[in-house]
Amino acid sequence: MSNSKNNVWQQKGKIISNGLLTSNPTFRLVLGMCPTLAVTTSAFSGLGMGLAATVVLVCSNALVSLLRKVIPDKVRIPAFVLIIATFVSLLQMLLQKFIPTLYSMLGVYLPLIVVNCIILARAEAFASVNKVSDSILDGLGMGLGFTLALTLLGFIREFIGSGTIFMGSIGATEFGLTLGKLPEYSMSLFVLPAGGFLTLGLVMAAFNAIYSAAEKKKKEKMEAIAAQIEEAKKEAEDFAKLDAELAAANEAQVNTEENKAENEEVAK
Amino acid sequence: MSNYIVSTSPHFQSTSSTKTIMLDVIIALIPATIAMIVLYGIYPLFLMVLCVGSAVFGEWIYNVITKKPQSVGDLSAVVTGMILALNLPPVVPFYVPIVGGLFSIIIVKMLFGGIGKNFANPAITGRIFLMLCWTGIMTTFVVPNGFVEGTKSFFQHAVNINLGAVDGLTSATPLASVKASVESGAAPLAGYAMVSGWSTGNAYLDMFLGIIGGSAGEICSLAILVGGLYLVVRKVIDWKIPAIYIASTVIFTALFFCKSEYCGEYVYTYLFGGGLLFGAFFMATDYATSPKSTIAVVIYALLLGLLTVVFRKYSTMNEGVSFAILLMNIATPLLEKIAPKAFGTPKKTFKKIFAKKAKPEAEGGKNG
Repeated sequence: MSNSKNNVWQQKGKIISNGLLTSNPTFRLVLGMCPTLAVTTSAFSGLGMGLAATVVLVCSNALVSLLRKVIPDKVRIPAFVLIIATFVSLLQMLLQKFIPTLYSMLGVYLPLIVVNCIILARAEAFASVNKVSDSILDGLGMGLGFTLALTLLGFIREFIGSGTIFMGSIGATEFGLTLGKLPEYSMSLFVLPAGGFLTLGLVMAAFNAIYSAAEKKKKEKMEAIAAQIEEAKKEAEDFAKLDAELAAANEAQVNTEENKAENEEVAK
Repeated sequence: MSNYIVSTSPHFQSTSSTKTIMLDVIIALIPATIAMIVLYGIYPLFLMVLCVGSAVFGEWIYNVITKKPQSVGDLSAVVTGMILALNLPPVVPFYVPIVGGLFSIIIVKMLFGGIGKNFANPAITGRIFLMLCWTGIMTTFVVPNGFVEGTKSFFQHAVNINLGAVDGLTSATPLASVKASVESGAAPLAGYAMVSGWSTGNAYLDMFLGIIGGSAGEICSLAILVGGLYLVVRKVIDWKIPAIYIASTVIFTALFFCKSEYCGEYVYTYLFGGGLLFGAFFMATDYATSPKSTIAVVIYALLLGLLTVVFRKYSTMNEGVSFAILLMNIATPLLEKIAPKAFGTPKKTFKKIFAKKAKPEAEGGKNG
């Protein structure tokens, strides 16, 4: 009973980690490049964009999954877009009311979440064929993976390009760090689009290098375990063989002794 | 006789290798380097050492980390470092050439597969990278006040990022005054103050000898012409590229300014007042990033000239050579597709073109 429960949790965890690492939308699937390159001039706007997309992704995944048996196959894409557009409009109004700084920072890229390929891709590939709970988890994992990537890129570009760490403001409260005279020496290319491409390429390369190294290690470990099991099996077989041989030898000895006894009897 | 193996053609032998070619380029860069030292003193030479050092170190460390065969020996990193240093303003903070050299070699050259596989000239991409990173530093030029003065004063500014605040140190470039005159309609050199002290008193002669504000190695046209002609005579570079590039810049300048009464002055300033000659001889002719077939070379060089004039006249920047070369570098693979037809290929006539188009219809649904 507890074993199967563990399995369920493992499965759910896998759905989330799939979005965060294994098929990270930015670094592994290379989806949604437009906001990734355009918005990540600072860590705060990257985080804002990522969270906005996450909210839309979770909601749209849930609704698409709920309606997956109702939506006719032929009009599924327009239906998905309609669902996504509804949530984006809602989010847009909410942001405009409550975090106007972020709203103006994201600008045109906020309504453009409607055509963000991550959201449409997850609706098509996952939500339309899976249970509601799994779809919500998938949306959460994918959204958080997107947020992680955007915040990381924004952090790097902001630090090198304008010499600050996590500058931003919500309402009247401003936060962030300016490191002494660093802004004077910052390399402004990194907040330009060219710097975005450069940073994305390098970070993507680093991410995949680390990922494939970890994967290789995991594989080697599995292979080592498999080899151990094989060895153990072989040993067991050898033991079995030895046992059989011993038994055979014993029998043979017994036989010969019996034979001897018989022979002796015959001789007598 | 059976001991001899006949390999496939080509059979000719040559002593030239990457290393000898790069050595020739280094020799050709020496006049410009000497002019730089005479005009600015030791400081730009110190920057050049940093540039070359970081470029060579970048290539060496990349090969070590990725476990590739060591390629530092072919001297191409040295050439990249030298060209980048000659492209920099004479006084920049010491870290600028280090970042530039590492970027040029590691990002532009090695990550794309090393020598011969880079899509753009490493030195020029490095310069543009630095230009966009530290625009203020990269567009502030100092007065060329001679070897002694320069050696004495420039080391004090090794970390100064705001040279403009120092009195009497910075100098406008001829191209900057041309830019201003494009808008105002005045004579191109009306706003240009000649460099005091060393000036010959004649702005045109000053420009030719390099007694003007500008990038460290680009200003002395005389030295660059000497180096460039050496490369042409040694057949290291294709003479067509610099010749057509310079000619097309002259022609397009004359065309763009044909309504102005100072047309001749514009042409002369565009020719000798900026980085055109240096770009034409040393950067546009890079083997890996310039086309080979004659027709492609002609188009390449013509467009270089056109883009240079357009950037110089209409963009927000004064100098357009580096951006023009970078753009045409990227267009080079496309130009290479204009290949000469194999011997015996039938000429296309209108009749045949239409006949070809009609064919699929006649064959019906065979392919579909």
